Amino acid sequence: MKRIMRIARELTVVYYAYMVEYRAELVLWVLSGSLPFILMGIWMQAAQTGQFGLTPVQFARYFLGAFLARQFTTVWVIWEFEREIVEGRLSFRLLQPLDPIWHYLASHQSERLARLPFAFVLVGVFFLLYPASFWIPSLGTLALFLFVITFAFILRFLMQYTLAMFAFWTERASALEQFWFLFYLFLSGLIAPLEVFPPAVREFALWTPFPYLVHFPASILVGLPVDLGRGLLVMGGWSAVFFGIYRWLWRKGLRHYSGMGA
Amino acid sequence: MPAISAKNLSKRYPITVKEPGFQGTAQHFFRRNYRTVNAVQAVSFQIEPGEVVGFLGANGAGKTTTLKMLTGLIHPSEGTVQVAGYVPFQRKTGFLRKITLVMGQKQQLIWDLPAMDSLRINAAVYGIGDRDFQQQVSDLTEMLSLEGKLTQPVRKLSLGERMKAELLAALIHHPEVLFLDEPTLGLDVNAQVSVREFLRDYNQRYGATVLLTSHYMADITALCQRVLVIHQGQMIYDGSLAGLVDRFAPCREVTMELSQVYPIEKLALYADVEAVENQMQGQTVKFLVPQKALTQTVAKLLSDLEVVDLAVTEPPIEEVIGRVLRSGSAT
Repeated sequence: MKRIMRIARELTVVYYAYMVEYRAELVLWVLSGSLPFILMGIWMQAAQTGQFGLTPVQFARYFLGAFLARQFTTVWVIWEFEREIVEGRLSFRLLQPLDPIWHYLASHQSERLARLPFAFVLVGVFFLLYPASFWIPSLGTLALFLFVITFAFILRFLMQYTLAMFAFWTERASALEQFWFLFYLFLSGLIAPLEVFPPAVREFALWTPFPYLVHFPASILVGLPVDLGRGLLVMGGWSAVFFGIYRWLWRKGLRHYSGMGA
Repeated sequence: MPAISAKNLSKRYPITVKEPGFQGTAQHFFRRNYRTVNAVQAVSFQIEPGEVVGFLGANGAGKTTTLKMLTGLIHPSEGTVQVAGYVPFQRKTGFLRKITLVMGQKQQLIWDLPAMDSLRINAAVYGIGDRDFQQQVSDLTEMLSLEGKLTQPVRKLSLGERMKAELLAALIHHPEVLFLDEPTLGLDVNAQVSVREFLRDYNQRYGATVLLTSHYMADITALCQRVLVIHQGQMIYDGSLAGLVDRFAPCREVTMELSQVYPIEKLALYADVEAVENQMQGQTVKFLVPQKALTQTVAKLLSDLEVVDLAVTEPPIEEVIGRVLRSGSAT
């Protein structure tokens, strides 16, 4: 346990140093995740002219929640893993007595630590621009949000890492993620909250893993009604499924690995 | 028990084949053609603990594929292999703690951060205590003359310093078996010498087993008493460096200082002329003479030409190995 804690600490500290090495890049990545703010403007406008299930203030808060959920759950492991396979750099990771997944998890975790202060600045700007939408969630809500968003990150990471395993065979696994992203974009609640979907589509979406990456944590944060029990069960179920597939593909992939260029 | 033992080790893998041009590209898009490459074929050898062995072969001969099998990065298609008492591709923790692989053309250090950061990760991963870590870094830093370099970003280091830092990172856990793939690649002569000296010191100090590939023959001659030569996936020689010369180049180099200049056509009648250097008075000629005909050829040269001085030596090892690799002659 002591060794695990030490590895976690060293990986986090070193990858944090790596993440803050290029400050401008970090700010640009935060800004690149501001799509929810653009969509917020559109939906607030629409809500003033028609019935869409949420009030303009609820829309504003929802998309702020979606922005934060995105900041917490951004994952890029598939591009990193693919590059390491293609360049043969995975070999160095495989030569060490530590599963490479911990390196990727630590770099994501550290990036989160480096990115969040900038994200909170954007939240401040948001409240300055839309003072009517200002609210302070209760401590209980915040704690639940933190728990669910951590779970959402793990699910999102497992989903993408599972697809990344195909890099052992195709070396262009990121194309799978691009295709997958289409479903993510539509079903996660990033473009529109699930409340505006037709009931049948909403019901279908709630059995997929996607709404639990954005809509579910965002709704918890801003106080929209959610089925917490079902949500956590679906997240747990999908996490178990992706974890199982990832481990199976990992074992198969290692037998297939050729250590290109190394 | 040998530190490294390989028996009938083979690796086959399919590669796609694509014809050039648009038609080839279109065919390749709709239907892939594969060809099986026999990268390593039934290779067997044993290396005892503490040995430093050179692994020679032309590009694509199968050296790196063999190293990858020995380090457990890839699975052999056939054969058995044991390193430090473990089956490499099972990648057991005990095995990974005992080996290391250094690749001259690849780096494990994080490019944008000082090497010390990567070293701290390695220390945590290998479970090296703080005191041992400080001691090991201090010892290796001194051996590698890297004082003051470990706190600079890796990208700011010279190629030689970077390679030394890579070696430090690869050896921080005190491995028993070192696989070194072109560790002096691209380094200038001074840096090559210093890496070579470090490897010799390390081997003597810790008794580590070393399997080394290099295209710089000076690395091999300075460090290895024994060499393995692989050609087109097959082992064609396993023995001493001196034995390699005897087996593949049973020739001697005869250097003659002549008091006058002879045309090269005439000189070539006696033996292969390796080099001719004309001087103000006379010339220096290097002949390569088969060992069997040495006495007879030298006697004839002495009787026919006006010889001022004569020396008979073994041909340089680079020349011998070059010949072996060019001819690919099997034992």
